[in-house]
Amino acid sequence: MDKSFFAQHISQQFNEELEEIVNRAMAMGGLVEQQLGDAMLGLAEGDIGSAELVVTRDYQVNAMEVALDEECTHILARRQPTASDLRLVMAVIKTITDLERIGDEAERIGKMALHLLEKDREQNPMAEIAALGEYVRRMLHNALDAFARMDTDQAVRTAQMDFSADSQYEEVMRQLLKRMRDDPESIPRIMDMVWAVRSLERIGDRSRNICEYVIYFVLGKDVRHISFEQMAEEATGDRR
Amino acid sequence: MVPTMKDENRVLTHGMDPAAMRGKGSEKLLISRETPAMEIKDLKLYYGKEMALKGVDLTIPKGRITAFIGPSGCGKSTLLRCMNRMNDLIDIARIEGEVLLHGDNIYDAGVDVAELRRRVGMVFQKPNPFPKSIYENVAYGLRLQGVKNRRILDEVVEQSLRRAALWDEVKDRLNENAFGLSGGQQQRLVIARAVAIEPEVLLLDEPASALDPLATLKIEELMFELKDEYTIAIVTHNMQQAARVSDYTAFMYMGEMVEFADTDTLFTSPAKKQTEDYITGRYG
Repeated sequence: MDKSFFAQHISQQFNEELEEIVNRAMAMGGLVEQQLGDAMLGLAEGDIGSAELVVTRDYQVNAMEVALDEECTHILARRQPTASDLRLVMAVIKTITDLERIGDEAERIGKMALHLLEKDREQNPMAEIAALGEYVRRMLHNALDAFARMDTDQAVRTAQMDFSADSQYEEVMRQLLKRMRDDPESIPRIMDMVWAVRSLERIGDRSRNICEYVIYFVLGKDVRHISFEQMAEEATGDRR
Repeated sequence: MVPTMKDENRVLTHGMDPAAMRGKGSEKLLISRETPAMEIKDLKLYYGKEMALKGVDLTIPKGRITAFIGPSGCGKSTLLRCMNRMNDLIDIARIEGEVLLHGDNIYDAGVDVAELRRRVGMVFQKPNPFPKSIYENVAYGLRLQGVKNRRILDEVVEQSLRRAALWDEVKDRLNENAFGLSGGQQQRLVIARAVAIEPEVLLLDEPASALDPLATLKIEELMFELKDEYTIAIVTHNMQQAARVSDYTAFMYMGEMVEFADTDTLFTSPAKKQTEDYITGRYG
């Protein structure tokens, strides 16, 4: 993020507090991104070590959320931020909630990967699942990038990626259903995959949420629950 | 519940405007729906050659609290004083433009200034009770109007003190000198005095800046109670106070009205960068 944005407060201390919550939200985002990457290594490539690491590391994500929430509460209580400062604090509070949930989804994927690996070491997971995983990881990465640079264009482009994530998800689900029909024996195993794929789809949605908070912070516009076209229009329009 | 307000041209995927879900007291205010109590039109004020107000246009909505914020010397107190012609008392002050009270220009020739100030009352930064009893302070305006009936006076004094949320604290010592009251009580007494003569508009110039936080909250609560019956305009240096009490906020800078908006909008997403810099405490 452009550091000069904060550096203009008369209160140097306030500058530092805002900078601190943004830096820590970015660090949390980095950890969550890594969690997702490692979970996918477990699911798509059968890397047990990575999958185990995801499960044991989830508490760190939770702890970061709690600590950051507390810090934001302190800023609200002590500084009574207004305008863009207020929107920044709100955006951080909401972003870390979504990040924590993305962390939970990554943990679930890790658990499913371990579960699958227990049943069958020689599994061949579908390439489509790996592709969807890589796609939503990129979405998350781009959303965090938009957040870090407070870039609304990037936020809109990233939110748009959710359409493809959804259609990829549907396609994978179709194939999984077909496999279950063809081979009922495999249903317990496939169900694990269904849960993991479902988690990937949710991560795409939550990444889009983060993009919406970026637009809220920069432009002061609430673009939740409207169509993508309207969101794009709002984001390219004037500040409210 | 039927959605009552809809942003035009906005199709919502959840099929209901969030505005319809707002709780009581957080309705979205629209200045275009308000009834004006006072209208200020292209108001310029000169102190000698110095231009202190540079063409201000503003509507003070009826039954609402409008706050004026801005750095020292921005003209907010000057503007407030224009609204009941307090600037008449300053020889070198000269005014152009109009200030309408319910449609009539208060600067027209033939306007009775004393009557104007009865309709547009004012409370100052420092409480200024008269060196009289609590009772006589509140009854003063009525006595000036020639009211002598003791029962009417008693009634108005009690009612005004109740409105100013002071009655319970002073009812047993109405004949004691007003200077015996605390600063916060004195300020509420002054507000009771202003309210006793049934003004239409109350102008408050930094009414709480000399008070401690709790006395300040009492004054703020009082303003909230009073706005059903009166239109209130308040000048304050305390931005959080403006954010807490007002329905609308006007930000002034160097004699100009930079931004006027409903308070929620002004404090979350101001339209002008100058406003943003001021309320967030950034270098201008």
